[in-house]
Amino acid sequence: MDLETLKSFNWSVMTPEFIILGVTALLTLLDLFLPKKQDRRILGWIGIIGIFAAIIALTSMLGTEATSILDDTFTLDAFGKAFKIILLVGAALVMFLAISYEAKDGLEEYRGEFYYLFLTALLGAMMMTSSGDLITLFIGLELLSISSYILAGIRKHNLKSNESAMKYVINGGISTAITLFGMSYVYGLSGTTNLFEIANTLSAISNGQQAYLLGLAFLMIFVGLSFKLAAAPFHMWAPDVYQGAPTPVTAFLSVISKTAGFVIVIRILIAVFYNAAPSASGEGILFKMHDYLAVIAAVTMIVGNVVALKQTNIKRMFAYSSIAHAGYILVALTTLSSNMVYSIWFYLLAYMLMNLGAFAVIQVISAQSGGERIADFAGLYRRSPVLAVLMGILLVSLAGFPGTAGFIGKLNIFVGAFYGTPHYVLASIMIATTVVSYFYYFGVMTQMFLRPATDERKLNIPFGIVVVLLVAVVGSVLFGIMPNIALDFLNNLK
Amino acid sequence: MNLHSILSILVFSPLLGMIVLAFMPKMAEKAIKLVGFLATLPALLLALAAYLHFQWGKDLADFAVSKNWIQFRGMNVQEPIYSVYYELGLSGFQLLLVVLTAIVATLSAIAAARFVKKEWKGYFMLFLLLEIGMLGVFTAENLILFFIFFEVTLIPTFFLIGKWGYFEKEKAAYSFLIYNGLGSAVLLIVIMILFAKTGTTNIDLLTKIMADPSAPLSSDLKLGLLIALLIAFGVKLPIFPLHSWMLKVHVQAPPSVVMIHSGILLKIGAYGLIRFGMGIFPEQFETLSVLIAVLGVINLLYGAFLAFIQTDFKMVLAYSSISHMGIVLIGLAALNEAGVQGAIFQVISHGLISALLFFLVGVLYERTDTSLIENLGGMAKGMPIAAGFLLAGGMASLGLPGMSGFVSEFMAFLGLFQELPWIAAVGTIGIIMTAAYLLRAVLGITYGKAHREFTGVLDLKGVEFVPVVVLMVLIVLIGVYPSVLSSPLQTTLETIMLGLGG
Repeated sequence: MDLETLKSFNWSVMTPEFIILGVTALLTLLDLFLPKKQDRRILGWIGIIGIFAAIIALTSMLGTEATSILDDTFTLDAFGKAFKIILLVGAALVMFLAISYEAKDGLEEYRGEFYYLFLTALLGAMMMTSSGDLITLFIGLELLSISSYILAGIRKHNLKSNESAMKYVINGGISTAITLFGMSYVYGLSGTTNLFEIANTLSAISNGQQAYLLGLAFLMIFVGLSFKLAAAPFHMWAPDVYQGAPTPVTAFLSVISKTAGFVIVIRILIAVFYNAAPSASGEGILFKMHDYLAVIAAVTMIVGNVVALKQTNIKRMFAYSSIAHAGYILVALTTLSSNMVYSIWFYLLAYMLMNLGAFAVIQVISAQSGGERIADFAGLYRRSPVLAVLMGILLVSLAGFPGTAGFIGKLNIFVGAFYGTPHYVLASIMIATTVVSYFYYFGVMTQMFLRPATDERKLNIPFGIVVVLLVAVVGSVLFGIMPNIALDFLNNLK
Repeated sequence: MNLHSILSILVFSPLLGMIVLAFMPKMAEKAIKLVGFLATLPALLLALAAYLHFQWGKDLADFAVSKNWIQFRGMNVQEPIYSVYYELGLSGFQLLLVVLTAIVATLSAIAAARFVKKEWKGYFMLFLLLEIGMLGVFTAENLILFFIFFEVTLIPTFFLIGKWGYFEKEKAAYSFLIYNGLGSAVLLIVIMILFAKTGTTNIDLLTKIMADPSAPLSSDLKLGLLIALLIAFGVKLPIFPLHSWMLKVHVQAPPSVVMIHSGILLKIGAYGLIRFGMGIFPEQFETLSVLIAVLGVINLLYGAFLAFIQTDFKMVLAYSSISHMGIVLIGLAALNEAGVQGAIFQVISHGLISALLFFLVGVLYERTDTSLIENLGGMAKGMPIAAGFLLAGGMASLGLPGMSGFVSEFMAFLGLFQELPWIAAVGTIGIIMTAAYLLRAVLGITYGKAHREFTGVLDLKGVEFVPVVVLMVLIVLIGVYPSVLSSPLQTTLETIMLGLGG
């Protein structure tokens, strides 16, 4: 590729990625040259400014037509823009959490890395939303994963944090290998890594042997990615990693990583397998694999919600809760209805808001009490009524009660589940497990509102937490009452 | 004023009170109670105004409002797949329930001002949220909006029970949450299936679509949906064997909440069965009528027999509620005008009577710290006025002619005797039992030697007279002049009968 072709690309569509990359580089250098005594928090603020610049750059491009550069390996289409907004806003909120984070066991030495690793991870996730090629997709995934492994273990002298990073890197490595192996089958069958070309080649397959091989490829890719989504039965790492990682990292993993995981799943499923090896009736191999998806979704919801009941550690409880939410989103994926992408996007948006808000409160409480027990929430309403009420709203949204974004998200999934071929069993499991989830979400509420406080000290709420809580609660309620704002936004994308 | 916005104002008027309360200091007890009470008044006045509007011969459709609200569509599909509207409206049946809700809510606020001893601010904010939910449930014109308001009632009730209740309050609150959560889960499945199959959740539209033989639902599916509805609302009503949560709530919740719970929340179950079960699936309802009649008789007898052996007056009233809800089912199963009218009358009448009785329980408990019948003997000596009202409430509940309970029971049984005389004959045992257990309990409390619990306690005083007198007047008014209820119900009944093919 010569300079002329390089110049001919419309590089401006990558502006948000370039901004994040530039800020990351800047932070790395600053961290190197700033005096040792200097508070590294300033780097976090620069990171936030960078993310905001990226958001502005992205918003200015919302109306532009879908553009592909670099031989279709990078595409900025409606899908990419929609998910990038979630990733960027989510990452900005996580940065606010990170700025307010106080580790008891010497995070100060690695504070600089702590901030810019979030950005590299974010960059990986953003690449994934835009990639039109297996290679870039995989590189994005790896960038995200490797940054996350380090982040999980960033409290070097903390045993739990080390355990968390270790488990994460081993499980994550295995899952990546499996995914890659599956991808190699796809490459073998189609002879290309470009998603659009793959789709074209695979839709011509009619040979039974090849279709079988393709089914195998699908299963392997999906199993590997299920690790990223923390879908059962590949969820075992999540509780340990969530518990051991610093709270902002846990929040990041549960929101950004999960969103990125769903992005890659949708990209691959829709682009590669939707029309591949069509049956006589013209349905792609994805429809044959449908039952596997359904089983995974069902098991994920049941395991997540049921095991969450028994947790006494709030972060472990939220780990299982996030497994359960992945299960709900998998239901939307399984139905393959016409509003699937919208349902998933809306659910992830709602989930991003309510989960990050909840983690903000968790961070405040655990900073004060030093522990992460659910019992530490006892009497929160007495100590800080506002915080308790805000947390209450977020929990109600997570439980999916009306008036909140969580409810509308579930409603979207239900409409999809009954539209066309109805999925009675799957929808029933989803709704039954939702009722089960009332137990543990209301368990936290019981602690906050009905139990006497064990610790009467006033809570110290840093500025960053206030920002996250405001955005999270306002967003959860706004999208719960006027969901059409989100829908119109999505419809106006090109 | 624009009539179309009146319903929205009516439903959301308690919100104003919540906002004012949010900015009030925690310890300003008197002011908080006053605001909590005043905040229920706009809804009450508007509901009464709507009632007068109707009685003056104007059309209730004047109040209907409909605005585009939520849409569901695909990513690149420009036209909406489905829309959900924000639509409120009133029919005669809904009007009566809204008036009932507004009255009981105001009276419950008075009761709360008397009986709630701590954290008034939180109590009244939750209470007002609950009122919004209840008013919304009865005015919603589509199933999704109905469901949203339905769920809105769950959360405040959970906390009202869990925080301000008696000893086992948290257990009762969880039991309430899980049973009702499961009920509403089943309801949501029904709603979403209807929505996905027909593209609308508007109740009138659905009624029309289902009546059309070319409807996109098989009759098996319709029957399945109706059974699901019966379960969903059966939890709420409650229908035996789904009732155990309701006993705990009646015993553990504070009296002002039980007034609402027994008076209004249980009625949502009856309302749902009549409006959705009977209204949308009339044919299937006929298929199930024998089953419903049997369930009704079981409820009636089971409640009555168990009420007879209770030692706690609250438990007597709780079982009595189960028993009386059996009469609603009996009336509905008759599928004729008398029966359905009896069922609706019973809904309203029991709402008033149980609110009255639970208010009196609150009065008693406040003074004596007990609700055990054996500890309460001789009330007539210590508190003659309260004892008089208790006796009158008991009489109304057992169906003494001249009071509201009589009219409804009479009509419900009249209806069932026309259709299923044998089942109705078995059911009459329940009426006798009702008289027996109520007289045992009420007389046990009022007469006999005065216990020491009653030495030096005060009779009804001050604001306590308001709820008692208002409820008593309404109970007698319906008893002697039933057309205050039957005239608004006329059109509703005609529509239902038309659906039933009669």
